[in-house]
Amino acid sequence: MIAEFNWLAALAGGILIGISSTIMLAWNGRITGISGMVHMLVTPKAGDINWRWIFLAGMLGGGALYEYLLVPAMPGYSATPAFGFAPIAMILGGLIVGFGTRMSGGCTSGHGVCGLGRLSPRSLVAVITFLGTGIVTVYVVRHLLAGIL
Amino acid sequence: MKQNITALVAGLLFGLGLAISQMIDPARVLGFLDVAGVWDPTLIFVLGGAVGVTVVAFRFVLRQQNPFLALTFRLPNKTEIDRPLILGSALFGIGWGISGYCPGPGITALVLGSWNSVLFVIALAVGSFLYSRFMDPTANQQSFNEPVSESL
Repeated sequence: MIAEFNWLAALAGGILIGISSTIMLAWNGRITGISGMVHMLVTPKAGDINWRWIFLAGMLGGGALYEYLLVPAMPGYSATPAFGFAPIAMILGGLIVGFGTRMSGGCTSGHGVCGLGRLSPRSLVAVITFLGTGIVTVYVVRHLLAGIL
Repeated sequence: MKQNITALVAGLLFGLGLAISQMIDPARVLGFLDVAGVWDPTLIFVLGGAVGVTVVAFRFVLRQQNPFLALTFRLPNKTEIDRPLILGSALFGIGWGISGYCPGPGITALVLGSWNSVLFVIALAVGSFLYSRFMDPTANQQSFNEPVSESL
């Protein structure tokens, strides 16, 4: 069974992400890895901080632009549905994501979008690995543990 | 200064892309990872669209000697496929599968005003700090080729 989904919105969003990453590389010479930005802000080194805050602020702005300006204004744009409050999943998931991405040096943006774009073998291994454990985890949580989280 | 403007514009496009593609909805992401359930292909189209752009555009960009504003390209210089890469990625996938969030969407979802993303982002920062403090303080600090001097 396949869920109802909007392939055009998905593709368009993905293309925007790709363009964003290209801009960062072409002008600022940097890989767009969100986890990397977070890690550098958690343990900052002087003089190399601001642009990361600015990027993240922009990211929030882009999200807000969509949800609060585009969605009300344009027919066919759907607001992001609410997700049931799941504090244990959020805390546990967040801790492991923070820990794991610091170990691996990247996430879906760093290794996925940029790493694959660079044809990096390290990133390919990373992507296959995290997709693999992601899939197994969801299977275990949803189908073996009956959605315990 | 100009690099900050670039970061702002790029961030805006990134957040817009995440929201339009519904990647800030954990249900969609979990639906993709849920291969045994009602499968949601959305993420494939998002990643496909993004990598479709970067795999072509990065080629052209990296042919340049230098970026337009910064002094040099700062690219990861590790080549070895080592245990931290694999183990870290495995852990990342587990955390992703538990929460339905990865860093970008988790942060962007803050604009939706739900406590979920707040908890996620705080935990993300704590997890990062714990790794740095107890495992490897050099991780994710600098493994890029550093320019001699830089104007920001």
